[in-house]
Amino acid sequence: MSRIEIKTLTKKYKKKTALDGVSLSIEKGMIYGLLGRNGSGKSTLVDLIGGRIFPDSGEVTLDGETVSENDKLLRKIYCMSAEDLLPKHMKVKDAVKAQAYFYKDTNEDYALKLCDIFGIDPKKRLSQLSTGQRTLVKVILALSSGADFIFLDEPVLGIDANCREELYKQIIERFDKTEAAFIISTHLIDECAGLFEHYFVLEEGKLIADEDCEELQANAYLIEGRAKDVTEYLKDKQCLKKTIIGTLCSACVKGEVKDVPDGLEVSHPSLQQLLIAMTGGVQDG
Amino acid sequence: MGVYYPHFNDTEPLFIQIAQWLENKIVTGQLGEGEQIPSTTELSHSLNINPATVRKGVNILVDKGLVYKKRGMGMFVAENANENVRDDRRVKFYDDFVAPLLNEAERLGITREDIIGMLKGDED
Repeated sequence: MSRIEIKTLTKKYKKKTALDGVSLSIEKGMIYGLLGRNGSGKSTLVDLIGGRIFPDSGEVTLDGETVSENDKLLRKIYCMSAEDLLPKHMKVKDAVKAQAYFYKDTNEDYALKLCDIFGIDPKKRLSQLSTGQRTLVKVILALSSGADFIFLDEPVLGIDANCREELYKQIIERFDKTEAAFIISTHLIDECAGLFEHYFVLEEGKLIADEDCEELQANAYLIEGRAKDVTEYLKDKQCLKKTIIGTLCSACVKGEVKDVPDGLEVSHPSLQQLLIAMTGGVQDG
Repeated sequence: MGVYYPHFNDTEPLFIQIAQWLENKIVTGQLGEGEQIPSTTELSHSLNINPATVRKGVNILVDKGLVYKKRGMGMFVAENANENVRDDRRVKFYDDFVAPLLNEAERLGITREDIIGMLKGDED
């Protein structure tokens, strides 16, 4: 299978290091979740892969060849940005046509079919669409681009629940048909959890998790009980986040949990809870 | 699992929940012996779950011998699947249902005699 390799990618803006030595690999035939808080470097990573900006060090390769300034390879990669990059006066159908100049495998019929499914009139200008519809158009362009690696940055921004549900369905269908890799960054984590097979988690520009979903969640536990009992039990454990509720405590821990004393409850956190714990950096215990 | 699907929770591995969900369909007779079960594609597209995760769930049932593959046709519910699921659940019945019941009864000070009385239906 075709794969993108990212090697020690670093990007600095004046004082801030947006991305700090990130290495990871992305294979066709997988759907990845790219997760992290606002400003954690997700968009920077995607912009670097798509060649929209250049790294200070490190490189991106596709099957061993450097992607940067190689149009043949860049055509295989599609990066949907969370920002609106297309001119507002452009009509939806013209946006599809314009895309076909670079992404030569763009399937216009498929794009129009998707417009129909989502109730978007392709003759309308982008400025005439609602926020949610503009996001949908960007996702439609990505799905119909014919690319093998599709990055979707916040693909459900401002979209109502019915359309989100349909959108997940369309992503799965496109994935199933073509085995394109999807890398999706979103803040609606639990809702998208079913799509993902593997997660990348970024925190302040660093990659802090690169794991299959089941591993990530199976190795994390929620321990609840009396604050002093929980604290005592946690002595030699890696606690990600502790929440004190009066005399009670709820703690999210990583690693093996055994010999739990009576009076403590053990369960697994949801992905959302786990992520908050991993990227919180605030311990109030 | 998307926005809509109500059967799955956020905390247990999804592939296990898919296997349990299908097992329930077998034990309640919604999927009868010899009947075809929905394909990986159908399950994945309708539940909005990654096909690899669905396949992993279905494979649990294959490994248990509850469903089998007919080449080029799909997956079918095995003969005796219903009875086998029920056997399996009978074995786990104490741990899954009786033990939690006894635990809660103990916390509340309900004696075993009280429980037996309730089961016999002579609760006032």
